Order: sequence, then C-alpha cells, then structure tokens
Amino acid sequence: MEIFKEYMWAFVVGGLFCAVGQVLIDYTKLTPARILVAFVIAGVILGGIGVYEPLVELAGGGATVPLTGFGYLLAKGVKEAVAEKGLLGAITGGFTAASAGLGAAVFFGLIIALIFKQKDKV
Amino acid sequence: MSQKIGRSTLLLNSYPSVKAFAAIVGKKEGEGPLARHFDVIFDDTTLGEETWEKAESRMQREAVIKALEKAKSASTEIDFIFAGDLLNQCISSHYGLRDLNIPFYGLYGACSTMAEGLSLASIFVDNGLAKHAMAVTSSHFCSAERQFRLPLEYGGQRPPTSQWTATAAGAAMVAESAGPPYVKATCAGTITDLGIKDINNMGAAMAPAAAHTIKTYLYDSHTAPQDYDLIITGDLGMIGSDLLIDLLKREGIDISKVHNDCGKLLYDLEAQDVHAGGSGAGCSASVLCSYLLTRIQEGALQNVLFVATGALMSTTSFQQGETIPGIAHLVHLTYQKGN
Amino acid sequence: MKITPNEYNEMTKKASPGTKSYKTIPMAFLIGGLICMAGEGLLNLYQYMGMSKDAAGAVTSITLIFVAALLTGLDLYNTIAKYAGAGTLVPITGFSNGVVSPALEFKSEGYVLGLGAKLFVIAGPVIVYGISASIIYGIILYLFKLY
Repeated sequence: MEIFKEYMWAFVVGGLFCAVGQVLIDYTKLTPARILVAFVIAGVILGGIGVYEPLVELAGGGATVPLTGFGYLLAKGVKEAVAEKGLLGAITGGFTAASAGLGAAVFFGLIIALIFKQKDKV
Repeated sequence: MSQKIGRSTLLLNSYPSVKAFAAIVGKKEGEGPLARHFDVIFDDTTLGEETWEKAESRMQREAVIKALEKAKSASTEIDFIFAGDLLNQCISSHYGLRDLNIPFYGLYGACSTMAEGLSLASIFVDNGLAKHAMAVTSSHFCSAERQFRLPLEYGGQRPPTSQWTATAAGAAMVAESAGPPYVKATCAGTITDLGIKDINNMGAAMAPAAAHTIKTYLYDSHTAPQDYDLIITGDLGMIGSDLLIDLLKREGIDISKVHNDCGKLLYDLEAQDVHAGGSGAGCSASVLCSYLLTRIQEGALQNVLFVATGALMSTTSFQQGETIPGIAHLVHLTYQKGN
Repeated sequence: MKITPNEYNEMTKKASPGTKSYKTIPMAFLIGGLICMAGEGLLNLYQYMGMSKDAAGAVTSITLIFVAALLTGLDLYNTIAKYAGAGTLVPITGFSNGVVSPALEFKSEGYVLGLGAKLFVIAGPVIVYGISASIIYGIILYLFKLY
C-alpha cells in the first residue's frame, strides 16, 4: 500500500507540473524555451525558500523529474557549497549539483546527433 | 504594350500566354486531393540530397526543367527567369538555377513570389522585352521549419492557427500570345500591416494585404466579384480566408461565393493534420502550376484572379517583437482574349 | 482600409480557434505523470541496487536523458510530444530533447559551429538563467549567513 501511494504521489505531482506547463502553452504566448526557463527559475526560488524540499519528500520523482526539480537541485547544491566554501560555493555549487544532468545531456546529445540522421516530416 | 490604370494595375494588352507550367511536390502534397495534377511527386523529400536546402534547390530546378520539357523549349530560349524562395538570401533559387545559364532576376516576396514572378515575366513579354520569360519558386517544409521555427525533432505542439509549409515548387513559362491561359492584367501589392505579431497565425497577418489588393484591382478594373469564376488567394488558410471575406465585407465587397485559397486546396485539412492549411511559396505556386492553370486551359475556369500573399517578416524582426507586414500580388488569368 | 489594428486584432482573436485545452491539459498531466512515475521507479531500482539516494537521483536523471535522446534520434520523441505537449516538455526528458534536436538538425552546418554550437540553442537559456539564479541565491545565502 505504501509503495502504491508513493507512485501515486509521483504521478499526481509530476502530472500537475506538466499540466501547469500546458496551461502556459495554451493560454499565453510563451514559447516552450521561455516556459523551460521559467520552470527552472521557479525551482531555484522554491528550493531556496524551502518549499520544494517537502514536495520532494512527498512525491520523489514527481518533484525531481520536472525541470523545477533541476532548479531545486541547483539551489540545494549552492546551499551546501556555500556552507562548505563560502562565497566561492555560490559560483561552483550550481554546476556541481547539475553536473550529472548537464554532462549526460551534452554527451548523449553529441553521440545521438553523430549516429542518427534527420528524418523527413510528413 | 502594358497600360497602367488606376493606382497599381497594369493591363497587358497583348495578352501573353502561359505556354507551359509544371509543379513538383513532396510526399505529403502527393497524398493530398490535387495529387493527380502534379507533374512529379517525390516520395523521398530529401530527393536523395544531403541537406534540405539542396533538396529544395533540386525541386526548383526540376520544376524549371519539367516546364521547359512540356513547352518543348531549351533553356537558351528563355530570355529571363524571375525566381525567389523563403530561405535566407534565396539560396534555393540561386543554387537550384545556377547551372541553367538563364539571365536571372532574384525576387523576395515570401509566399507571394509566384504571383510577383508571373507578373514580371508577363510584363516583360507584353512589352516585347522577352519572347519567353519564366517564373519559378519553391518551399520545403524541413528547410523552412528549421529557418523560421524550431528543430524538426523538437517536441513542440503546433497551435491550431498554424499552417503547414508545403514541400513543393512551381514554374510557369510566359510567351507571346498563343492560346489560353492568358495573362490579362497584373496588380502590384502594397505592404500592409494591421499589427499581427503571432508567427503561428500567418493567415491573419496576410489577409489585410490580400483584401487591399483585391479591392484595388476591382476598383481599378471597374469589375465586381461576380465577374469572376474564382478569386483564389495563396496561402491564407482557414483563418486568413475567413478574415479576408470579413475585411472585404466591411468595404462592401462580397467575395464569399467565388473565393477559395490554395492553402485549403493543397491538403485534406481534416485527414492530413495541417491545422489551418498549407503555406509557403511552393503552396500557391504548385496549386497554380497544376490544377489551376489546367482548368483555365480547358476553359472550365474562364476568369480567375490569382492573388498570392506573402508575410514579409524575418526571424530577426520576429524576435525583436515587430509586427508582420503582408503583401499580396494579383494576376488576372483568362481563358479568352478580351472580355 | 476602414479598420484599425485594434479592431483587426479583435477580429483575429474571434476567428482563430483556441487550443482544445480539454484534451491537451489532461494529456500533459497523464504523460508527464507517467514519466515522473517512471523516474520514481528508477530511483527505487537504483537505491535497491545499493546506490545512495543522491547517486540514485543522478543516475535516474542520466537514464531519462539517455532514453529521451535516443527517442529523439529515432524520430519518436516529437511524435509523442505532439500529443503530450507540456507532458514531454516539462520533465528532464524535454531538456534532453531540446539538446539533441538542434544538434541533429545543425549537423549539416558542420561539427563545430553546427552541431557543437547549436546544441545549446534551446537548452542554453535554461542553463544561463538557472545557474545565474542559483548564484544569486548563493550570494544572498552568503551575505545574510543563512547557510
């Protein structure tokens, strides 16, 4: 039962983040790139003021998989780094925390682009 | 000799003929309702080339060669060719036609290029400046999409107002008066901008230009919509067409009974998932150079106003938040000389 | 013509059909929710395999990014996205698609200025503003000794 609840929360919270994104697409003139930027900044702010942490506890992947989770990760990384290294941590914390995602995206981006050929759109 | 009447109309008194025409299209267009009218349908829209740009150039070249073949003419018989396309610096025309050795005038009229080129070719022939002149244009979904919008593999949703850029090219060869279809008159477009900014609603951005040109021509030529079998606009799509009819109604002109749009004809709007219809320079060009000119040649259509519309923004002006200016050039095509 | 831009804008709004939100929003919710659930599954799997929570989180991200990159290469991601909308945009998979799609597309302009540079056209702004926001947050933490 516990495991069912856990997945349900991941589904509901993650789904809601996406539904908010869809509302922005349908009812505003925001382009997808702007929506992504907004989600990441929102994640940094929500993570910074401590609202996001409980959501991660509750929903797990539902909160970490959406791009707000990426923002939360940046904020969390910076906080730990500042505690450890002071002002230098403000600069290094974000990239350190995001390194897995960024590294993977850049490297897989390169490999996939090298291997595959663009398909026709009809 | 051409004669100017009114603000922007030229009467071509010698009635130049559209001697030959050809339309080359891609797979999706070849699955549409006009399929049987096209000269060549490429199921592989790369045309076996490495890039989309090369594919588009090839299409434009093939359209010219096919039209020459149908006219039983050699490229050396063409005095001038008027060509343009949507890509930056009109590379589809420049690269597609570079080996043909035909004196070349490059045009940029966005999706209105076919009407602009056909106007100029006809004017040259009418005034004895050319025996044979040609107009050609093209567009390719993939090359246009990557220049104007987002990468092809990017997972975005197209809003319902968006139009589908046709993968198509059309070429028309104008010669001294010989037989239908004849070019009776042309009307130059005026840049018209009613403040639309939405790049996904091009029909709405261009409808005012079409309304302006149609109104001007009817006024200059002292005619009314009922004098025509068909007033066909190029690529306003569903939304732009509705807006055009409304705009002209406000001016006391009712074209609703004779109006149609190339963007609505090229695809099966329901089944082919093109949202508001087709667009792109190749859309109106391929519809004109297949179905339309054939119908006029047969006499099934006697009096047609071909009004191709273009949206004159660039990616730079769009990103800088500018509105989208539109233009519409008109060509009056007839089955008979005189009235 | 006897019409002002404002009047025409109103006319255009009336004539333009809106997105069918009663379809798009539930679809975004459903597919986005499923992707997040898959993330949760991976997170559990990796922890079960003995990884720490942080490591499992990172490997989950890497896995999702890889799958989305592969689907983009196979020309499937945009097909799913046509129905899913924000459901495939908002999860980290959308970020991956944003990296791979321009890289693939601009390969024709060369490996350095094409693939290499254009890889960031969509993801770049996300990194620029995300990292900058986090740095500002870090400076605030430091100045006010909140850590």
